[in-house]
Amino acid sequence: MFGYYLELALRSLRRSPGLTVLMVLTIGFGVAASMTTYSVFRAVSGDPMPWKSSKLFVPQIDMWGPTGRGSDGEPPDAMDYIDAMKLMRDHRARLQSAMYEISPSIVPADAGKHPIHVGGHAVYSEFFPMLDVPFKYGSGWSADDDAQRADVAVISGKLSEKLFGETNSVGKTVNVEGKDYRVVGVLNDWNPQPRFYDVVNNGGGFSTEFEDVFLPFQTALQANIRNDGNTDCDASPTETGFLGLQHSSCTWIAYMAELDDAAAVTAYRQYLDGYAHDQQRAGRFGWAPNNRLRNLPQWLDYKHVVPTDTKVALLVALGLLIACLVNTAGLLLAKFLRRSGEIGVRRALGAPRMAIYTQFLTEAGIVGLAGGVLGLFLTGVGVASVSWVLPKDIAALARVDFSLLVLTLLVAVMATTLAGLYPTYRAACVQPAWQLKSN
Amino acid sequence: MNMHPILAALRKHKAGVVLIALQIALTLAIVCNAIFIIQQRIDMVRRPTGLNEDNLFLVTQQWVNAPSGDDPASLEKLDSMQQADLATLRNLPDVASISPIRSLPLLRSGSTGGIGLKPLQQKSTIDSNFFYGDEHMLSTLGLQLIAGRDFTAADVQNKGFRDESRSPLTIVTKSIADKLFPHGDAIGKVIYFDSSNTPTTIIGVVARLQSPIDAGEGPLAWNSVLFPVRQDANFARYVLRAKPGRLADAMKAVSPALYAANPMRVLDDRSVRSFADIRAKAYRADVGMAILMGVICLILLGVTAAGIVGLTSFWVGQRRRQIGVRRALGARKIDILHYFQLENLLIAGIGAVVGILLAVGLNLWLITRFEMDRMPVIYVLVGVLAVLALGQAAVFVPARRASNVPPVVATRPV
Repeated sequence: MFGYYLELALRSLRRSPGLTVLMVLTIGFGVAASMTTYSVFRAVSGDPMPWKSSKLFVPQIDMWGPTGRGSDGEPPDAMDYIDAMKLMRDHRARLQSAMYEISPSIVPADAGKHPIHVGGHAVYSEFFPMLDVPFKYGSGWSADDDAQRADVAVISGKLSEKLFGETNSVGKTVNVEGKDYRVVGVLNDWNPQPRFYDVVNNGGGFSTEFEDVFLPFQTALQANIRNDGNTDCDASPTETGFLGLQHSSCTWIAYMAELDDAAAVTAYRQYLDGYAHDQQRAGRFGWAPNNRLRNLPQWLDYKHVVPTDTKVALLVALGLLIACLVNTAGLLLAKFLRRSGEIGVRRALGAPRMAIYTQFLTEAGIVGLAGGVLGLFLTGVGVASVSWVLPKDIAALARVDFSLLVLTLLVAVMATTLAGLYPTYRAACVQPAWQLKSN
Repeated sequence: MNMHPILAALRKHKAGVVLIALQIALTLAIVCNAIFIIQQRIDMVRRPTGLNEDNLFLVTQQWVNAPSGDDPASLEKLDSMQQADLATLRNLPDVASISPIRSLPLLRSGSTGGIGLKPLQQKSTIDSNFFYGDEHMLSTLGLQLIAGRDFTAADVQNKGFRDESRSPLTIVTKSIADKLFPHGDAIGKVIYFDSSNTPTTIIGVVARLQSPIDAGEGPLAWNSVLFPVRQDANFARYVLRAKPGRLADAMKAVSPALYAANPMRVLDDRSVRSFADIRAKAYRADVGMAILMGVICLILLGVTAAGIVGLTSFWVGQRRRQIGVRRALGARKIDILHYFQLENLLIAGIGAVVGILLAVGLNLWLITRFEMDRMPVIYVLVGVLAVLALGQAAVFVPARRASNVPPVVATRPV
């Protein structure tokens, strides 16, 4: 029976090619515009670690007090050295790491080559297991290495290839800022977007650059490798230089902790408040505790990691899709009602309403499918062209994959069928007697 | 023309009329909001930075294993390295002038601080961007000095990167001068930075200098101050002005010259950037958004026009016999044409009324949800005219086909 409807639908669509082409174009463009903007939205709003993000927390301590708060009363986004080190020493979460952004230079062993500039972070050993960082060779360093300020480094697969070629570079030496470090681990293509563990230092949270070098936090401090990210000061440091920064209340350190269950979260919250109370009693804080403990999704939302433009563009594109559906509904209505005579004959010959519904929804579905196929092609064109329209860090993330293809087709067919519902209802309402009489 | 037959006919096609009107309403709502967004982005991108942007470029470089700069001796070592670089670059044949610089407008990296009118003032009067450079800074940037004097070589000091002690002299933007000293007498006045008790005297006022950080219209956007300070760190930035027409050659000559002077440094493909490139990158998201909105508008207008053509064509086909009858009874071709044009105007008018409400509603929603600005009424008015014109343009072809229906059709069976 379905085959028959299919044949009827195709014959009907062939009979008015102009109208059919118009509908297919409408659906195609509408779906493609929505899917293109959706692909960008999906790329920037995705959860960077869906399996774990709700267990990762960013603590904020109000070390500046009322004068340093934003107009919304929020404490600073990052930490100063004193508080970050206290939290690391107390070690109240299962895993945690303070970190700061570095951008040192690397001197290739080959004397003929110029030094190169790399990005990275100074972190603690628990950074790697906490974020499930994938290693190609070797592993992260140990807590002992943290404590002893060992000269060890984790480097990216890309940097390893650049410096040492395709071989396993664990155990080899890399020269960072004129000092030698032993490579203990090589990352396996790890470049999470957004750079969720240090949103504050990555502008919008997205970056086209790779993280090439990770050094132990204290080792980097000792080697005088300065922070490259944001430094915010409520009061000017009293001493100069990097050491002065470490003694100041300026914020430049990001912090992340893994808390596995609700009890751990409550305990950690109490610990933070207790710490702030202690500081208040000691006279360092002249105000009541005003801490925050957001999990990763809440933190990314708070930091507005998804650009407003992306959301507005998606909304406008959805509006376009709705307008296209209204358009298609109008055209289908015209097309179906033009065939009132045919419907009358079919009904008079015994076709139930259900049969009319099936026949016309099949026709709408075919239009949707054709629009979807066109939409697939146009979405491909759209996603390819956003890369020269939108900022590279965002556009680079948008891509066509299997799920987007399926979604495009599904949206096209579902939407067109939906648009076809009312015209089909009207078609099914055609009174056979009336039609036969008028002819 | 008598409206009655039109209304009577529309009543027979309620669903089609509602759908077209709804589509026109949606089109109006989306198009005027989109055009408003586009216009805002264009206005934003067009704002001058205050620099003479032609032939300007920036060099950022980092020394490998540089002295720490934390003690006087290593600070002087860093400074002599920087001075050597400045001399090397100044001597390039295509370079007109050069100054060390901490940041440039739109670079999205820089330093800021507060300004107070009294020593140790706890809450700053205004916030400001800090620019650091030497006596060639104003001339290299091409800033317009509107009062007071430029820095001289004798004013210039060198300080460590995080040395927060302030210079005794500063040049401020007009925006700051107007806010702090509304009577236009800023020259010679004393201000205090970051709640300190070190007095700084304003010696000059420049017309305009945009923030490195705030690319919008926030409180920092036009508040900038310049210090005659050469900052010494393990990295250095230099702003250069190439001789007219020699920008590309000047940029190409930088890396080889610096490597030849001292190879222990990092220069990569982003170390030498023209200001045009910095500007394009800073506004890329805005230009991209404008293009995206433009494309969506075009698709939407195209789809709506096509929908009107399709549905009107259908109606014309359906009414051929009635048109024939009217023609046979004496209606001229032009009457038939006008009939369809008027009918479309009526439908589009209904759609436009609903569309105005939708447009304003959408704008209000975007304001509350995405902190957008209020859309001026002019956008809605232009939008209304645009959809009415679109409707008339789209209806013309089917309406003319209708007017060409010969009267003889009336005598034929369908």
